[in-house]
Amino acid sequence: MIEQREHFQKELTKLNDLILRMGGMVEKSIFDSVEALRKSDAGLAQTVVMLDDKVDKIELEVDDLCLELLATQQPMAGDLRFITTGMRVGSDLERIGDLAVDIAQRAIELADQPLLKPLVDIPKMAELAEKMVHKALDSFVKRDAAMARELWTDEEKADNYRDLIYDELVEIMNQDTKTTPRALPLIIISRHLERIADHATNIAEDVVYMAEGKVIKHAPK
Amino acid sequence: MNNIITTDRLDLYYGAFQALINVGLNVEQNKITALIGPSGCGKSTLLRVFNRMNDLIEGVRTTGSVKVGGEEILGPGVDLVSLRKKVGMVFQRPNPFPLTIYENVVYGLRIHGEKDRKVLDQAVEKSLSSVLLFADLKDKLSSNALSLSLEQQQRLCIARLLAVLPEVLLMDEPCSALDPLATMRIEELMLELKKRYTIVIVTHNMQQAARISDECGFMLLGELVEFGPTKRIFTAPKDKRTEDYITGRFG
Repeated sequence: MIEQREHFQKELTKLNDLILRMGGMVEKSIFDSVEALRKSDAGLAQTVVMLDDKVDKIELEVDDLCLELLATQQPMAGDLRFITTGMRVGSDLERIGDLAVDIAQRAIELADQPLLKPLVDIPKMAELAEKMVHKALDSFVKRDAAMARELWTDEEKADNYRDLIYDELVEIMNQDTKTTPRALPLIIISRHLERIADHATNIAEDVVYMAEGKVIKHAPK
Repeated sequence: MNNIITTDRLDLYYGAFQALINVGLNVEQNKITALIGPSGCGKSTLLRVFNRMNDLIEGVRTTGSVKVGGEEILGPGVDLVSLRKKVGMVFQRPNPFPLTIYENVVYGLRIHGEKDRKVLDQAVEKSLSSVLLFADLKDKLSSNALSLSLEQQQRLCIARLLAVLPEVLLMDEPCSALDPLATMRIEELMLELKKRYTIVIVTHNMQQAARISDECGFMLLGELVEFGPTKRIFTAPKDKRTEDYITGRFG
């Protein structure tokens, strides 16, 4: 078969690469923000805040490239689904990056105070969220709907973590109200991690549409 | 849902060459149905089956069933004049007769024996109005049709069909001789016309099929590979060959 639309194909590969780069950055941000929290490392947290500008810049590049391809290439079928999915994935990744920045900022605030308790569940939850983002992007690159669907069970796990962390911290605050200023940010952080898991699930839903042409959003899974 | 044209196990041969293979298709009333596919895939041949235009080509043999308005149109004994009145065709190059604008529009009516001047006048006004030409041309109905722009000529050819009160308009690449703006205006006209007529269009312009058709069929090597709602065909086709063609990756 003759390779046709070589230029267009290169541009699609470029879109793929941009999203992967962006994904790599936000995965690092999730990990570093929680690592900074765990080690009370304000310097590490600061690098997460700094990285966000680059993430934002790539998001603009992704949008720009997608719009250009829509306007100039009249993409159809699988290409059309890839490009529109690319735009949505870019926007989900940008939101994930923002949530990681917010976690990093809480880590900076908490860095000069002793930790409420050694963190166990939050790092585990962060690891899960990071894994979900990674898997969602992997399924995007491989156009693998089955892999994307694995995220539904991961999302339930993330929700369980959030509930577990919430209950534990409420218990601590009940015992000693003076812990509230240090406990509340942790509740917010677990809520952010859960939002990150939701964004990863959104990406997975878009991947199923991209791979199979089926809309599964807002449908019982 | 009301099918005005249905084909079943339709095969067509040009001598020994099979140009249509087992085509089964339904054309819904008051919809625009587009046929797309690479050159030589059989889409124009299929279009010409619908008003038996292929009969003009020597050595053509057609088997299977084609019904228009529920009536079988293949086989002997079919009144071709009345079939072609019911199912008219617009071609790639506008082909007005070298007559006045007026005479072009009433040509079909005269063939069918209409002599009443009032009836003819009314047909001219009504048909030209339907293709949005009447306001511009009402004072020069006796000018030669060949003096019109290509777009106006194509509109006139459509008006000529409308004058004999057809049910189906077949259009074979109706915009390929027109510039982009004229193309857009003819497309708008088609969207207007589908309220009263059924349109089947053959086009090489995939964006055109995507823009104006309700249903779309992809043909390849004489087969109707895939047929369905246009939105689905262009966003999530089921057949790999359709996907390859509409994404431009056809080897």
